[in-house]
Amino acid sequence: MELIDQHTKDIMEGCKVRARAAGLRFEDESLEYVVTNRDLLELSPKLMIPTLYDYWVHDVEVLKGKGKYELYPSNPYETVINTRPAISYYNDNNPDWLNVMIFYHVLAHIDFFQNNIFFRHTWDYDFTGEALSDKRVIAKLRSEHGRWVDYVIEFSRSIDNLVGYYQELENLFPVATTRHTLRLDYYFDIFLQDIKKVKTNEYIKEIERYNQCRAEIGELCEDIFFAEVDRRYPEFKALLAKHKSTRTTRPNDLLQHILAHSQFVNKEENKWMKTIIEIVRKTSLFFQPQIRTKIMNEGWASYWHETLFLQDDRIRGHEVEFARVNAGVTAMPRVGLNPYALGMRLFYDIEEAADKGKLHWDFQRLNDAHARDTFDTHAGNGRDYVFYVRENLSDFNFIHQFVTQDFVNRHRLFVAGRRLNESKMVWEYYVKSRDAEAYRDMLRQSLYHPPTIVIDHDKGKQNNALYLVHTFEEKPLLKDFIPNTLLGIEYLWGGSVMLETHELAPTGPRSDRPRSGTSGVDTPEKPELRWQRVVYSMENRQIKRQLME
Amino acid sequence: MKKSLWEIYQSLKEKGLSPEQEEKILVEIRLSEAHMEEGQGTPKAPPVQPSIYAFNDMAMLQDLTVGMGNYYAHIRTIDELLAKDRQRAKDGFPRKLKVGRMIKPGRGGREKVIVVPTTAEEKLIHDPSFRQEEEEEEAGAGSGEGQEGDVIGEEPVRPTQQGGGAGPGQGEGEEHELESTAYDMGRILTEQFELPNLKDKGKKRSLTRYTYDLTDRHRGFGQVLDKKATLRKIVETNIHLGNIPDVYDIDPVGFLISPKDMIYRILSREKDLESQAMVFFVRDYSGSMVGKTTELVVAQHVLIYSWLLYQYTHQVETRFILHDTKAKEVPDFYTYYNSKVAGGTQVSSAYKLVNSIVKEENLAKDYNIYVFHGTDGDDWDTEGRESIPQLNIMLGYANRVGITVARHSSSSATEVERYVKRSGLLNASPELIRMDILDDDADESRLIEGIRHLISQEK
Repeated sequence: MELIDQHTKDIMEGCKVRARAAGLRFEDESLEYVVTNRDLLELSPKLMIPTLYDYWVHDVEVLKGKGKYELYPSNPYETVINTRPAISYYNDNNPDWLNVMIFYHVLAHIDFFQNNIFFRHTWDYDFTGEALSDKRVIAKLRSEHGRWVDYVIEFSRSIDNLVGYYQELENLFPVATTRHTLRLDYYFDIFLQDIKKVKTNEYIKEIERYNQCRAEIGELCEDIFFAEVDRRYPEFKALLAKHKSTRTTRPNDLLQHILAHSQFVNKEENKWMKTIIEIVRKTSLFFQPQIRTKIMNEGWASYWHETLFLQDDRIRGHEVEFARVNAGVTAMPRVGLNPYALGMRLFYDIEEAADKGKLHWDFQRLNDAHARDTFDTHAGNGRDYVFYVRENLSDFNFIHQFVTQDFVNRHRLFVAGRRLNESKMVWEYYVKSRDAEAYRDMLRQSLYHPPTIVIDHDKGKQNNALYLVHTFEEKPLLKDFIPNTLLGIEYLWGGSVMLETHELAPTGPRSDRPRSGTSGVDTPEKPELRWQRVVYSMENRQIKRQLME
Repeated sequence: MKKSLWEIYQSLKEKGLSPEQEEKILVEIRLSEAHMEEGQGTPKAPPVQPSIYAFNDMAMLQDLTVGMGNYYAHIRTIDELLAKDRQRAKDGFPRKLKVGRMIKPGRGGREKVIVVPTTAEEKLIHDPSFRQEEEEEEAGAGSGEGQEGDVIGEEPVRPTQQGGGAGPGQGEGEEHELESTAYDMGRILTEQFELPNLKDKGKKRSLTRYTYDLTDRHRGFGQVLDKKATLRKIVETNIHLGNIPDVYDIDPVGFLISPKDMIYRILSREKDLESQAMVFFVRDYSGSMVGKTTELVVAQHVLIYSWLLYQYTHQVETRFILHDTKAKEVPDFYTYYNSKVAGGTQVSSAYKLVNSIVKEENLAKDYNIYVFHGTDGDDWDTEGRESIPQLNIMLGYANRVGITVARHSSSSATEVERYVKRSGLLNASPELIRMDILDDDADESRLIEGIRHLISQEK
């Protein structure tokens, strides 16, 4: 791997100047490397992070096909990675005009990484640097503990898709959900009820006293109110402080819970495992925003490489070649979903809509089709608005908010259906729906969505068990993977592990589904879904499955 | 065909069948009937549109896709990986490595045989197949003209008229990818295997490719001076020069020595003539072989076949025979591999066919003959009354007969297993016949162990 030559670097710097002038914001430094196929071979299993820790699975072909992106959501072939400075990779024989296009694309990605708030937790450090020190730590541990290091990596990675990414973000952007202070909440909700166990009428009296105090003094009442409380309950202050300290260390996810409460990894001789678990968790958190902004990120980059390329005065004469390549990247496929194409069109549409003031309530409530078509308030703030969108949204709300019926109509989008034509023995593709809601729904279904697994602290209490509950959202877990995953959790937890989930009840002889021509293609029978709760338990590396209720 | 199955059933019934056997036979007949009604077997799974996460800048912008590079670089690691996997089992964790997904039979001898060690990092994820089951009709997004309901395109259910086959052949949509990411299967197996009992027969072609030896002579330069030949040459030259007037009184002092007279031995490639071999692959493709059993048998035969391809670079001749109640020879491994299951089971038919081919073509004289037979162990000829005599004939000329029985999980000892064992052939001539019993959850490493058993020299 070597840096691009001075000539090409000069082009890149020129691109930076033009991109900045257009409003993109990114750090000055960036590193561009020329990669060979051989480099890519080494980089791709490491998700393009050259300093990622070594792990044997990287040497093995991993599962292909369906389910691949559920398991390995981070894209192994990204051109630019979200590090400080950002690193990007290039073919060594790209012509200059193509490099210009790619540079703009890359710069827009960097701008996205460094400004979209879903990446907030990655802004304050350089991931490659940390990864390098992590890699060294793991190498050192491997020299001490041998293959057990790999087991711990494996088991930690088996639950790294359950990291509390949103909780992590929440901590970074604390939202004032209530105007009450912690002290007040604690006093009324926990202290009086759970610790003092005061009678109901006393409790109500206390509330009245507070309300009265508040009515009389206003904002400042709280201190006066608590002066009385401190006099009455001298222990209150200490208990509050204790509550505060325990509250902040509440684990966000399963990995953190294991770190904090597993008796096994907290044993003196196993403490080294915690380092590995933390590394795996941090790595997973680092990649989380990427997968959740795929359509936006690629759309944003495509929007800018197109816009900026066409304005660039250095590469006149290559418009036709550019058009060919650009069409390959951003054309809407007849059937299939291209995140570049979809995201780019959304950004163009948003810009136009904002320019015309169509994002305003006045437009939303218009029903007249002609009036909607010609609506234009000349608001002219389209550019600002797309920057706002790139800063604040992720794929989910991006789609939810901006894939409107107008958008679907304008780009003639549809949900494609497929059915078997028995007489011709072909799969027929057909236009299933042009309804925006259906289209949005289809998009949402295609987004990355790991299961939500929460820890039930009460049920697990007896005999040091860990009780996990898979939150029901009409999606079953992949059964084949449950035993080995639980086995790994059991190892890290050092006690038995239970997993409660919902599965489809067998609905009679499904294999006898009419396949031959008798039922015809027009009546696809939808089998009735019946859900049942099951609990898997893993004890001493033995899996058991039990029906609940 | 349907009728003949019933006829066979009747005649067997007259000879007496246990209820259990009768039931098995009836199941097979019905299965084969069902297959016929269905026509060409089950259609292949509909193609899946790539996920939005399959798109990436490297491919989209720079047209850079990553093959898996040089396989040899990885060969060292596969042994390490396998060792690691065995260690896992010792440490009490289930094995994770699958040595598999390795088949790419093509027509006309263009077979590509490859091994990819695969693994999945198992996590708790939503079942990706679930949605498709529920809303079978959704095929993703689209754009362009067309009213709701308009058909915008078609895609054949079966890419070839051959049909989806039974088990193997599924999931082959990624052949291309597999090919580019593969390991050289044969290379891995070669270190472990060798055809057993090779005998000197009709040395026509080489089996072990070439040897290198200092056999060729070369004038002027070379590795070793051939003194005798050189002296002869010198004498010859000097005769021509007239330096030897009297052959009974030679005076070498007056000899002239030309540089060209020096004769050397030079390293050269020699074809090593060795015995040749004919390998028969025999496979039960009766109705009962549906699913896993066929997969296993075929997978094992693929392994053997690929090893032969590699080690003996097409110099072992192979023949392919499929049987249900009748046996037929098929032209290539591709057909052998992909033919779908149907019909009843009579193992003897296959043995008979092999025997007649060997006899008619007089193969036993010139070839070392190997027969690999894969079955689920069902046989309507429950006592082996017809099979065992045929097997005996076969053992008369074969260097090794390897029978693989892939048992259905439900059944205990199968018919073939039972009668072969009872016949005592296994004990009487262990160097000639081997049997490998697989459970239907066997994995690739088990298959390789099976091959080792089938072809090993040890008793």
